[in-house]
Amino acid sequence: MNYSASPFHRFESDGASFVYAGRSAAIVALDAASSAVLEHFTRPGGADLDAWTASIRAHADATALREAFGELVSVGLLGPTGEVPAAAETLPPMPFPVSTLVLNVTNKCNLSCTYCYEYGQDKITDVGAKKAPRMSLETATKSIELLFAESAGQREVSVTFFGGETLLNFDVIRGAVEHAEARARESRKRVSFALTTNATLLTDEIIAFLAAHRFGVNVSIDGARADQDRHRVFQSGKGSYDVVVPRILKLLAAMPRAKDGGRPVGARVTLTKGLADVVETFRHLTQDLSFESVGFAPVTSAEDREWALVASGATAGGDMGRVLEGFRALAKDYVAAALRNESHGFSNLNDLLGELHRGTNKAHPCGAGLGLLGVSTEGELGLCHRFVESDAHALGDLEHGIDQEKRARFLHSVHVSKKIACHDCFARPHCSGGCYHEAYVRYQDATQPNLHYCDWVRAWTALGLDCYAEIARKNPAFLERFEESGDRARHERATTETTA
Amino acid sequence: MKHLQPINRKARLLAARTDERSGARALADIPFGCSTQLDPGWEVDSQGGTYGLCTPVERDLYDCYHTCYWPAQVPDALTNFPKWSNSCGAAAQDWAKIDLVFP
Repeated sequence: MNYSASPFHRFESDGASFVYAGRSAAIVALDAASSAVLEHFTRPGGADLDAWTASIRAHADATALREAFGELVSVGLLGPTGEVPAAAETLPPMPFPVSTLVLNVTNKCNLSCTYCYEYGQDKITDVGAKKAPRMSLETATKSIELLFAESAGQREVSVTFFGGETLLNFDVIRGAVEHAEARARESRKRVSFALTTNATLLTDEIIAFLAAHRFGVNVSIDGARADQDRHRVFQSGKGSYDVVVPRILKLLAAMPRAKDGGRPVGARVTLTKGLADVVETFRHLTQDLSFESVGFAPVTSAEDREWALVASGATAGGDMGRVLEGFRALAKDYVAAALRNESHGFSNLNDLLGELHRGTNKAHPCGAGLGLLGVSTEGELGLCHRFVESDAHALGDLEHGIDQEKRARFLHSVHVSKKIACHDCFARPHCSGGCYHEAYVRYQDATQPNLHYCDWVRAWTALGLDCYAEIARKNPAFLERFEESGDRARHERATTETTA
Repeated sequence: MKHLQPINRKARLLAARTDERSGARALADIPFGCSTQLDPGWEVDSQGGTYGLCTPVERDLYDCYHTCYWPAQVPDALTNFPKWSNSCGAAAQDWAKIDLVFP
């Protein structure tokens, strides 16, 4: 019988040799025996087990080699050649409880950002279907009722407000928060809130409200004036930097800081063609504006879009190569801070290290349709906020409830076991094929894996592993912060997106 | 584990599970033939179907090729046709992609 290695990524740190196992998401350090055995079985078609056993019989380290073989099998690094990846096709028991609801409180915006998927070429709303511009308080209240009814045994639920520009419909946000807090008291659940905004409409009253209800706030901002004003413009074409900055400074001053137990106000930077210097953008946002957390969202939707980054040749030059180089520089600063036991605001790496630490191994790339649903202004339920106005992806509505059959069918169709191209990739546990919306925009099919940025995801994962191994060796205590539950991490991922 | 040092939480979980077992029981990690497998053949899975089972009817043919080679009328996976099923990632969906072979 032949045994071969399943997809893995091997890397060195400080003279030690590490492996990330693409089946189990385990990270292990190798010794000489396990290293030799892994190398022996890493070849096309694998190597014959009986022949190998016979060949090592006379070897002085035969026992150690046999032990190492068993250990490599148990962490999923070696297995019978050709064995289908063990990812079960079945879903968790359905109906899966919904713990996060994203309310698209409006699909209108007072900015006209040129890259926005809500309005531009990447819009997936059914053409001709006119949707109400704002969600009514009644619809928001019904949404909250659905969340409490569908969250089953979950003790924590969260409501995320999304748009459009959310603050165009602040009255409904306030009404929904009051209703959700009352329902939480009755049902003895905890409810948390998050909101994404472009910051143009923040007032003292709104800021006080967000602070009082401990909102997780994400501000969409692209960086210094020139970068912000390139795409994030008003309808007149006028840039928004001078409008948002004084409001952001007030917001940051009023919200509880992370060190005081608050949720850091995040800056979400959309990276587009002709992108800004990632390192300088980070410096500006964290030092000049004092954001505690900055996340970057590269746009790769389709190469014919004038704003999209070119992903091909991602690791060697090109836009995405430049993004990676910027990320590499920030990662170096992150690790240096971690070794001093200090937090660093580079949230992309923070999220990645959390997943690597926990060994997250996803059957689905995100919580969309699983623990998270989106609600449109008219009360239609969708996979997530990006799909809410697409009839083809609707999963019921507030009146008739969740269309459980369609939901299960979709989740089956996007299970990673169906994405054959992903089966040989070491980055599968944390990528799992990537965003459904990006796949839909790129391939007109949400079930496709996002093959256009595979190289980039692998390079980014490898960078994360280098950082992880260095921190694990030099300051393992720092990693304890990632011991939080997976639910929390999923929730945070679901609520940290750039505004529409 | 002696030769792999677990670094992340997932590796520690797997290591603890491995270390709980005695040396002899650890062999159960390595499937040697059908006797280590449960082939129920008639139950249903949590969806009321069969393809979520460990060896559902949809995979009868496939199983004789892969999990436990049996000289049925299937290509021989061990020596001559190691890639026969590469186009079939999920049997319930992709079974029709498995083609005939002509030795």
